[in-house]
Amino acid sequence: MSEWWTYSLSDLLLFSPRVYYRLFELHNHELWPAHLLSVAVGLAILYALLRPTIRRLRLVLAAFGVIWIWVAFAFFWQRYATINWAAVYVAPVFVVQGVMLLGTAAFGPVTSAAPEAKLIRFSGAALFALALFAYPVIAPFMGRTSSAAEVFGIAPDPTSLATLAVLAISPSRLRWLLMVIPLAWIAISTLTLLAMDAPEVWIAPVLAITTLVVSRPRDR
Amino acid sequence: MAATRRAFLQGTIAGAGALVIGSARAKSQTQSITTRPIPSTGDQMPVVGLGTWITFNVGNDPELLDECAAVMAAFFEAGGRMIDSSPMYASSQPTVGYGLKKLGYPPQLFSAEKVWTSRGSNGSAQIEQTRAYWGVPRLDLVQVHNLLAWEEHLETLFAMKAEGKIRYVGITTSEGRRHREFERVMATQPIDFIQVTYNVLDREVEARILPLAKERGIGVIINRPFRQKDLIRLVERHPLPSWVAETRSSTWPQFLLKFIISHPAVTCVVPATTRVDHVRENMAAGIGPFPDEALRQRMSEYVRQL
Repeated sequence: MSEWWTYSLSDLLLFSPRVYYRLFELHNHELWPAHLLSVAVGLAILYALLRPTIRRLRLVLAAFGVIWIWVAFAFFWQRYATINWAAVYVAPVFVVQGVMLLGTAAFGPVTSAAPEAKLIRFSGAALFALALFAYPVIAPFMGRTSSAAEVFGIAPDPTSLATLAVLAISPSRLRWLLMVIPLAWIAISTLTLLAMDAPEVWIAPVLAITTLVVSRPRDR
Repeated sequence: MAATRRAFLQGTIAGAGALVIGSARAKSQTQSITTRPIPSTGDQMPVVGLGTWITFNVGNDPELLDECAAVMAAFFEAGGRMIDSSPMYASSQPTVGYGLKKLGYPPQLFSAEKVWTSRGSNGSAQIEQTRAYWGVPRLDLVQVHNLLAWEEHLETLFAMKAEGKIRYVGITTSEGRRHREFERVMATQPIDFIQVTYNVLDREVEARILPLAKERGIGVIINRPFRQKDLIRLVERHPLPSWVAETRSSTWPQFLLKFIISHPAVTCVVPATTRVDHVRENMAAGIGPFPDEALRQRMSEYVRQL
């Protein structure tokens, strides 16, 4: 794109807010009742975070790996690409993140959190619970239909936030590497919502920054 | 097929509900939209077309696809011809194709498309994909989008025109970008159309580009007539000045469109909308009378002061 600096954020938006939100409606409609499975997996992850063992944490990372690859295919490749040609370039990046999570689950230096990290663990679990239970409520809270809810494991934003929450309480230093793609996606999604003047634009970045704050202390 | 189409059009008209666009609207129904000749052929073109940027990018949403088809039905019903799209507009091209199929491919259609790829060698394949999306035997106009790889694409387009695969060749820009290079292409290449941004506040093209188009016999398509709704948001809080009554502008969008259409170099303006009542309102702006030069200046000054 020539003279890219002359383009405003709204110039880069290819679709209207109505089309964007209806995208989630259609996606939910087509995938239902997969949402029940995603919530069940989410609850299992929450349990594993509150009562962590090395085996459980490896299973959690593996579950996230599968979910990221699934979101790449079902959301970006099949759904979002219908209104945004850039989505076909995002899909492989989500696959990379999924593969990295699977690799970490299988071979990474995963250790159970130290007992003194109890506060961190509960903070991470609380952030995960927000991504799991609170994020889908945003749509009806903002006056949209609940069928447009963005659900963990189905939509990329709550999936990214849930991933960040889990990585935040991971003792592994690899978490910083694994956080890059989820943070990048939250940034892109925030810019999209900003271009649409969406009132909920602040929610995802605030949650993402909070996970970084939770993640920070153990490196001291 | 004709009966089906008539039933569809009647349905969309009824579904649109009561329209209150003012007294000019009633008059407009008995008058035809103004046309201007395409300079290179003399083919008559209605001065209001239909853009598809953002508005027609609805993916595979069945409800929104039908809404776009209803907009197209109202557009053709009001005498429209030119529909403008681009590969850059994501699903807008398949949406146009969906509407055309549903409407039985109205014969008055003038398809205005673009080639938008940085590799000249990909141009032919992209244009063929575009034609397939529209479902038409050939595209009328193909423009080089934002001058991207224009040297290579123009070569391809002129060859396609010579072979009868397209009828017209053009170039586009928007929001005042690369005007100097744009002028150079206009001055040196045998193009039929240019597409530029022009509206009551963005008047830079009046200085050189529109006069050059007139001098070189190049048709002019105008994009972003409302600055993507921003202009309407700016003016709609204020009352429409009474002195525009002589142009039979009864709404702000008509005021804004009549300003553009009244420039003698303009062939067609392509406002985009998702609503049937808005497309009818836009089309009614294509019916004269239009403001003279003194009134145009007054219109521009008035909006500038809001």
